[in-house]
Amino acid sequence: MTSTIVSTDRLTKRYGHRLAVAEVDITVRSGEIYGFLGPNGAGKTTTLRMLLGLIAPTSGSATVLGYPPGAVATTGSIGALIEGPGFYPYLSGRDNLRVMARYRSLGADAVDSALERVDLSTRGADPFGSYSLGMKQRLGVACALLGDPRLLVLDEPSNGLDPAGMADMRTLLEDLAAQGQTVLLSSHLLGEVQETCDRVGVISGGRLLAEATVAELRGATSLLVRAEPAELARQVAVRTVGHDAVHATADGLRLLGGSDAAPALTEALVSAGARVHEIRQVERSLEEVFFEMTNAARPITERTPS
Amino acid sequence: MTALFASTRAELLRLTKWRVTWLLIAVWLTLNVTFVYVIPYLSYRTGGGGEITDGQSPESLLADMMPTTLAQSLTQGMPLFGGAIMLILGAITVGSGFGWGTWKTVFVQSASRSTAFLGTLVALAVVVVGTVVTTLAVDAGLSVLVAVTEAQPIDWPPATDLAAGVGSGILIFGMWTAAGVLLGTVARSPALAVGLGLVWAMALENLLAAAANLLGGLEPITDVLPGRTAGSLAGSFGGGGTPGVLTILGGGTAGLVLAAYLLAFVVISLTLIRRRDVV
Repeated sequence: MTSTIVSTDRLTKRYGHRLAVAEVDITVRSGEIYGFLGPNGAGKTTTLRMLLGLIAPTSGSATVLGYPPGAVATTGSIGALIEGPGFYPYLSGRDNLRVMARYRSLGADAVDSALERVDLSTRGADPFGSYSLGMKQRLGVACALLGDPRLLVLDEPSNGLDPAGMADMRTLLEDLAAQGQTVLLSSHLLGEVQETCDRVGVISGGRLLAEATVAELRGATSLLVRAEPAELARQVAVRTVGHDAVHATADGLRLLGGSDAAPALTEALVSAGARVHEIRQVERSLEEVFFEMTNAARPITERTPS
Repeated sequence: MTALFASTRAELLRLTKWRVTWLLIAVWLTLNVTFVYVIPYLSYRTGGGGEITDGQSPESLLADMMPTTLAQSLTQGMPLFGGAIMLILGAITVGSGFGWGTWKTVFVQSASRSTAFLGTLVALAVVVVGTVVTTLAVDAGLSVLVAVTEAQPIDWPPATDLAAGVGSGILIFGMWTAAGVLLGTVARSPALAVGLGLVWAMALENLLAAAANLLGGLEPITDVLPGRTAGSLAGSFGGGGTPGVLTILGGGTAGLVLAAYLLAFVVISLTLIRRRDVV
């Protein structure tokens, strides 16, 4: 049985007239990587700040590890990187971690281990102010890892990382999940979320649009059929899989949930005299789902052309 | 208590590795030595009576540099430039954490906001006490050097006077540091906090006192403003005529008022830190 690590109940934050987060309900379960997905300004960071007790909600509530956000009983069990790393520029990376480790009464071994996990051991003696954006980001993740917390809250952890760094980050997240640590990850990098997250919450305009597994969000697979004449192909497809499952698109016909029908459909098309150019199984990417959802949630003038 | 100890250790690490901390202490010690020993000694050697030493006679100048006046030597520079330096220390220690985003990191790492912030205050208190004790040691060494050089007897002040001097020094520096902490917390920026603090300490208080003199009836208020109260506490050890050193309030009253300011600044800062959103 999986226990709930984070849950929110109509969590809301308002700044004056601006509604930053509106009645968000999310649930993060033990040992999962939960992706909090949304465009810039969607309310991801504000929600995470509320979960860490850095800002107070206007209304609604949340529990983190069974306590209200910021409770003394939980702070030692949470590691976080929120909206970019905040460190002392005059201290080295290692000394910055030593300062933060002291807050949790952790020793030098915890600092060394954290630096090693983010591949910063050889640059630990350099001043934080001289770090590249990617190195700063990795130090922020190292800080979050100090003491192996039960819950990691990472806000856009791949910001500023090069492709190799992003791959390393994915491996690190998977390792953490394999060790039983729970990760709440906010991102607008859809590929990263699709590859690493077990479940996803999609937020736009401060509102949670969906919460499901990645597979559930992407939905069932479909068949893409390109054959001529188009009208003949459509008629054959309707006879084979039913009217409701056939959609004409710019690429050809799309048959929802029709992957099992491929052999029969091919035979029917050929028998009917159609020229079959292509029949293949297609899956909607998380990116497609994301744009469908976020476009639908935005005013028509702001929508991304698809 | 364990969490507070951990926070204090963390803050001491970052304060002691910050060049700014040592620079401010060095500036204070330099100014203290310059105005308490170097200029008076040069004036004494050239016959005294100069404007910079307020026309003091050579005998008076020499007497003020002897070990027996150590409490006065220790505190006379504190109300004005010493206080301003400590205000800067408090303001940048707290204010820069908002600009660098370190408060949010610290608040996530520490047991609670209160323990994190109290750790900062205790670490600053350690710096203040260390600075006062170092100043005492430097002043004691120089006073002995002057006494030996000028073939004067080395008489130390009573231990109670010395303890009162050290306590007063800690109170004056502590109050100004806490004022800086409050300004850093309110402004959430080191530059604005330092600017506001220096305008208050170096100009505004004196302008308000001058206005009170002209208008009459406002002295009871202006007499207990932070800088003037600190000046009165320093003035209770002598050193009248030194800029910033006053004799408006008695030493006991000034000490109590300064302690009240210190407490108020700490409580207001802590309340703001606990209640406000950290963005």
